[in-house]
Amino acid sequence: MPRYLARRLGQALLVVAGVVVLTFAVMRLVPGDPAVAFAGPKATPEQLAQARARFGLDEPVPVQFLAYVRDLFTGDWGVSLRTRQPVRDDLYQAFPASLELVGAALVLAVAAGVPLGVLAARFRTRLPDLGVRVGSMLAVSVPVFWLALTLQLVFAGNLGWFPVAGEYDASLDTTSPLTLWTNITIVDALITGNWPIFTSTLRHLVLPALVVAAYPAGVIAQMTRAALIEEAGQDHARMERALGFGETAVLTRFALRPALNPVLSLIALVFAYSIVNGFLVEAVFNWPGLGRYAAESIRSLDTPAIAGVTLLVALVYVVANLVVDVLQGFVDPRARRR
Amino acid sequence: MIEVRDLRVRYGGRLAAHVPELDVAAGECVAIVGESGSGKSTTLLSLLGLLPDADVSGNVRVCGVDVLSASPRELRAVRGARAALVIQSPQAALSPATRLGVLMRRALRLHGRDAGERVMAEAVESVLLDPAILRRRPHEVSGGQAQRFAIALAIALGAEVILADEPTSALDVTVQAEVVGVLRRLREERGLALLLVSHDLALVSTIADRVLVMRDGEVVESGPAGRVLAEPSHPYTRELLEALP
Amino acid sequence: MRGPVRLRRTLPRVPDRLAGLGGVLIALVVLAAVFAPLLAPYPADELKPAEALLPPDGAHWFGTDQVGRDILTRVLYGGRTSLAVAAAVLAASAAVGVTLGVVAGYAGGWLRDVILRVTDVFLAFPALLLSLALAVVLQPSVSTAVVAIAVTWWPWYTRLAASVAASVATRPYVDAARCLGVPAPMIVLRHVLPNSLTPVLVQISLDAGGVILTAAALSYLGLGAQEPTAEWGLMVQQGQSLFTTNWWVVTFPGLAILVTAFAFNMLGEGLRNALDPRRAVR
Repeated sequence: MPRYLARRLGQALLVVAGVVVLTFAVMRLVPGDPAVAFAGPKATPEQLAQARARFGLDEPVPVQFLAYVRDLFTGDWGVSLRTRQPVRDDLYQAFPASLELVGAALVLAVAAGVPLGVLAARFRTRLPDLGVRVGSMLAVSVPVFWLALTLQLVFAGNLGWFPVAGEYDASLDTTSPLTLWTNITIVDALITGNWPIFTSTLRHLVLPALVVAAYPAGVIAQMTRAALIEEAGQDHARMERALGFGETAVLTRFALRPALNPVLSLIALVFAYSIVNGFLVEAVFNWPGLGRYAAESIRSLDTPAIAGVTLLVALVYVVANLVVDVLQGFVDPRARRR
Repeated sequence: MIEVRDLRVRYGGRLAAHVPELDVAAGECVAIVGESGSGKSTTLLSLLGLLPDADVSGNVRVCGVDVLSASPRELRAVRGARAALVIQSPQAALSPATRLGVLMRRALRLHGRDAGERVMAEAVESVLLDPAILRRRPHEVSGGQAQRFAIALAIALGAEVILADEPTSALDVTVQAEVVGVLRRLREERGLALLLVSHDLALVSTIADRVLVMRDGEVVESGPAGRVLAEPSHPYTRELLEALP
Repeated sequence: MRGPVRLRRTLPRVPDRLAGLGGVLIALVVLAAVFAPLLAPYPADELKPAEALLPPDGAHWFGTDQVGRDILTRVLYGGRTSLAVAAAVLAASAAVGVTLGVVAGYAGGWLRDVILRVTDVFLAFPALLLSLALAVVLQPSVSTAVVAIAVTWWPWYTRLAASVAASVATRPYVDAARCLGVPAPMIVLRHVLPNSLTPVLVQISLDAGGVILTAAALSYLGLGAQEPTAEWGLMVQQGQSLFTTNWWVVTFPGLAILVTAFAFNMLGEGLRNALDPRRAVR
């Protein structure tokens, strides 16, 4: 196990190093001059030179790279050209809201995807199976931004069941201000017993979380179905049938546990994917997360901010993968050999 | 306990097994022998309706229940509680995430039996296993232990018939002897009917009363074990016997 | 496998009706895109400000947009953009990816390690994110969207081709060829590439839906196709501020994306199941 851990950690570090290089390279590709973007179009040559010196743009590229890496390690992720704040602080503000949205979406996705996968496996090749297969395929094929707009129009606009946008009622900030602990609104509201904000956040979460949940729910349903069908074809399933267990009992009481292993690693994979998918949803629902921050940064060509978001999400992705691999290594010794 | 008349198992039109007649009475042991692919395992599994993709016809009664026309509910009541299956790869036959005791308790409750610790411990002890094994998972026990546990399941559930598919061929020679010993003792003490599928003629000769020899899905010879094994009338049976070490 | 590759032999049968449905839908989408100039009821970019935002009726089945263009016409032409982007991205990704993968898988050793570690890095980015970052720094247009997406997609083909090539390289007939002094490029061309073809084609059909969704998302964010190009994602973005009062401006382009991505995903899944029935979904 220690050797497996060390090797897997080494791989992850290598990937992180590559990610840093790639992010730097992407930033260098920017046409035009970041100094111009920072100093503004009417800047004097002196101001431009100053801005250039500030970002180290007058140095050779390798030196710039080393400075970039050094700054990353010391926690300096650059200054946003748009908000004029350290990118790290901006990310610190935005990331918890994204976690909240994606976390809620993944809870929904598992709650819907696993039972649907069981249903499909139980009635394989029959109507419920067909329905789940088509439904899950639609869920992974739907453009999220369009689904977001449509649900917003129907359920918030026309029916008025849910709020149109935002994370919670802004007026609550004055009537029952929220004490921050984790920066994740719904968690903070819960642990401080701030019910007005808790219920308001919950109501605001429903639509965006449903939209973000569509893709993971679809893949989880497909994966659960496939894993269950495979388990149900194993020798032990025949033994359980021979003991008198019915098909439903074989699936839910014996096959589901081992079948959930691959589903578990899938969840980590769709986690980072859902954060990025959430970008498109946050823009529609004005959710104060990374996606809205990224969208605004994109509009103003704010390279340090974009690089910061890219780096953060890639790191989340690498860490999520690492966690899953290590967990699987603990649960299933065979996984260590891969 | 088992009555088979004119059983035919087809896969997509291809005849995989044809057994004109097969009877196993209480306390009797009948063995089906043949090479792999001869249709012997197919025959065994069809008796419990465990071949979902196959087309099975004929007349099959197990413990008085007409298996081929029984409702799924009637079939499930026979499986486990009255006719138990023991299969070749004992560890693969146990759900990997489930502790053995949990499996036994679930099976007992399924059939409305007492699932107390005592009952389970006695069943396990009757196949010479330590009751501590009930707390283990399949990958934590040996092949012989798993196989004896499968037999203990049959005992706990009060099965009258055991259908055993190559019960010893995945085991070491010494372990084989243990399993065979347990089977033989159960048959004598409890009057269990035993239908055994094996390619191991040495095993068959020590335990079986009667033998069916199958080849390419057809029964080529049948009769008392002593006669078939001593004076085989079909050339294929002779071939099988000559292959013995 | 000798001589030219016979496609009909290497492509697996598609037994599944859903896969068939996907195939039929794809055929319809492709035909609609190819014959858009013939099928479209109006000229492609005809502006009629007087007829802006008409709801669907007999004259305009899908209604008209904010500058009076017929939405059905634009949805048909949008198919050309989406399919062209998907074809370009997949062709580029497969060409680069398979080449690198075959080299990695056949050569083995340190070369293989380097190539696969590089793919690890690219795969550490969620595809949409890297495409987003790239599309931002390049000038937004259809062709930069193609580049931005292709950059994130090739590593999958490298992985795939590397594993096929590695397994082919150990087969006896390849060993025999090597011993006979057949040069490596020849072996790759005759044995390794043909064997990679089927899995790569399956992967392409599986990926097409994702590429179409990504391209639409980029355009929706203003990072892909630009006005006046007809592109579904762009149409949704342009229509979203009018959505509350004019539902058709967003609904039809979005449905077009959904149907196309769905069709490709269905076909891809069916092909994969036919190729490897054990693994229904991955």
